[in-house]
Amino acid sequence: MPQKKLSIRIDGELISAVEGQTILQAAKANGKYIPTLCDLEGLTPVGACRLCIVEVSGTDRLFPACTTPIQDGMSVTTTSKRLTQDRRISLELLLVERNHVCAVCVSNGHCELQSMASAMGISTVRFVYNYPKLGVDLSHPRFVLDHNRCILCTRCVRVCAELEGAHVWEVTSRGIHSRIVSDLNQKWGESRGCTSCGKCVQACPTGALAEKGWAVEEMVKKNDKISALVHRREVQV
Amino acid sequence: MKRITIDPVTRIEGHAKIVIQLDDNGRVAGTEFHVTQVRGFEKFTEGRPFYEMPGITARICGICPISHLLASSKACDAILAVRIPPAAKKLRELVHCAQMVQSHALSFFYLSSPDLLLGMDSDMATRNVLGVIATHPELARDGIELRKFGLQIIEGLAQERVHPSWIVPGGVNSPLSGQVRDRILSDLPSAKVIADRTIQFFKKAIDNYKDEIEFFGSAPTMYAGLVDRKGNLQFYDGGLRFRAASGEIVEDQIAPEDYADWIGEASLRESYLKAPYFKPQGFPEGAYRVGPLGRINAADQCGTSKADAEFAEFHQRFGSPAHSAFLYHYARLIEIVHALEKIELLLADPQILDKHVRATGGVNSLEGVGMIEAPRGTLIHHYKVNEQGGIIWANLIVATGHNNLAMGRGIQQVSEHFIDGNKLQEGMLNRVSAVVRAYDPCLSCSTHALGEIALRVQLMGANGELLDEIATP
Ligand code: SF4
Ligand code: SF4
Ligand code: FES
Repeated sequence: MPQKKLSIRIDGELISAVEGQTILQAAKANGKYIPTLCDLEGLTPVGACRLCIVEVSGTDRLFPACTTPIQDGMSVTTTSKRLTQDRRISLELLLVERNHVCAVCVSNGHCELQSMASAMGISTVRFVYNYPKLGVDLSHPRFVLDHNRCILCTRCVRVCAELEGAHVWEVTSRGIHSRIVSDLNQKWGESRGCTSCGKCVQACPTGALAEKGWAVEEMVKKNDKISALVHRREVQV
Repeated sequence: MKRITIDPVTRIEGHAKIVIQLDDNGRVAGTEFHVTQVRGFEKFTEGRPFYEMPGITARICGICPISHLLASSKACDAILAVRIPPAAKKLRELVHCAQMVQSHALSFFYLSSPDLLLGMDSDMATRNVLGVIATHPELARDGIELRKFGLQIIEGLAQERVHPSWIVPGGVNSPLSGQVRDRILSDLPSAKVIADRTIQFFKKAIDNYKDEIEFFGSAPTMYAGLVDRKGNLQFYDGGLRFRAASGEIVEDQIAPEDYADWIGEASLRESYLKAPYFKPQGFPEGAYRVGPLGRINAADQCGTSKADAEFAEFHQRFGSPAHSAFLYHYARLIEIVHALEKIELLLADPQILDKHVRATGGVNSLEGVGMIEAPRGTLIHHYKVNEQGGIIWANLIVATGHNNLAMGRGIQQVSEHFIDGNKLQEGMLNRVSAVVRAYDPCLSCSTHALGEIALRVQLMGANGELLDEIATP
């Protein structure tokens, strides 16, 4: 069945999109940029980071572009003073929530959180640092999980469930106490489901999941490999 | 790319504090030098993967990041239980020599030369590097050039000037290109000319400082430094040697992993900096000095021709060992000469271009010690890890630590001249801060941009009451 074509406006420009697409997908397909952090092409979007918020005319609410489906005649604004302000607040809150010490992080210089903050001109934050006392799980023979650097984007959860089919990662607790856990809150190294494929590590936008042994700045993620895998899966033979 | 650094490790600002304690008869009973540094470091790193330690320690002690990267990476090599590739070892030595040149140049030209050239009692407002630039422009230019030479090597190798993450557990993260080598080699001759000119200048100027040499922390102590099996001065490898004030070798070739058998650490009241001492002699008798003077006194020779000639002249003029803290400046210049010769030797070795520069491994040992000679003296990193490689315990002994006791004695010797009953006299602050500067302590928190050290001197009565206090502005 051919998909129904819809027309929407993004930043005033008339764009044709197909029914079922999210605002983010329609924007991307038409070369429009919307900042994202938790979204990763090929994985089900969850709207966790709130960076992709956009304005939709006719309502005062802001919508996450990654999870909001388009509707015919919709008019979307991707940049405004209010959006910039709110995106900055979201990012600053991510930065103060845990302990992001970029200077000593394996992902320094290759971190999506860091480059997003830098793109938004954030050099200091106006909120009080939370400084939680968080652990590092070194039990996996090849990989390491550092809760201090996790932004709860759940990319690891999704890539492991949707692509590898192993369902190792979950989120436990609520609010500020949320943590990702492997299996039933066992050490990662003791997880019987983990196949050590490394997809979660490559998908993770920060230094929270990393390969063991890399020094500061050395961990470069290959998450383009993940979208390549997704595309290969979509090819029907 | 612009980089953001969000750093919860707050630097402790303030003055380095000196406390002079009087006894019941109003005589100096003791002097303590208080510095706050690397505080809470052990707690902070607990549970972190060991291979993060070079990066973490280099950032905590921002004054000589390369020294910490080296000592820490050596401790990590020991945990990996690997022998790093020969080219990696040579490259680490190369970057270390470059850091020695730049750090010593900074210390000599920026921090010490104002005292030496303009006189210790000259106006505080101009007794700084700007004053030197105004009165001795050629010398100031030399200092800038020499520093630049060292920094350029570091930059060429490590791609980043201040905090290179190029030195890693198992080796270094990229090989040296022939191009960078050739560039260093082409700049080397002029650096050597500068080093030579400076040391000749200093040797002439030193006659004006007979008094300083005499009173300037000249109390004899033991000396410690790394030497190879032939007694040659070592910066990167080798065993630790202790030489007594009399000149006799007390202990030699102490391996890094055995340091704790010989070095004890006393905790000083109020001070965060521990005071290491030579264990067989106990505390506080076992005070020793490290750093340029410690090394030049501990070694039998440097092992390179020009530096050896200077080494011989030095000991001929001031004895062996030479005790005055004022001679730290002289020793620093000899070491610059040696480091430049060493750089030339390292670059002449074709193996330095070898592409194999990193060894890998898992946690093969639950403990590792790394020991090097930082510009300011022996630096020891000691870690214990669990089977997964998480840090469970860490200890650092920094150069300023080793010198703590001796520095206190030096300050005492100088300050005794300047105490008048319950009062601290004019001129004392200059002299005391000159002693402190001679040791070039790594007071990241209290060294100001123009090289004056922020000092606060307190005179305490027998019952702990504050009698007098002076501080630099
Ligand atoms: S390594 Fe693979 S199986 Fe294991 S948690 Fe990561 S994605 Fe899941
Ligand atoms: S570990 Fe990484 S991928 Fe997983 S939720 Fe945290 S930041 Fe996201
Ligand atoms: S990208 Fe849409 S909420 Fe994170």
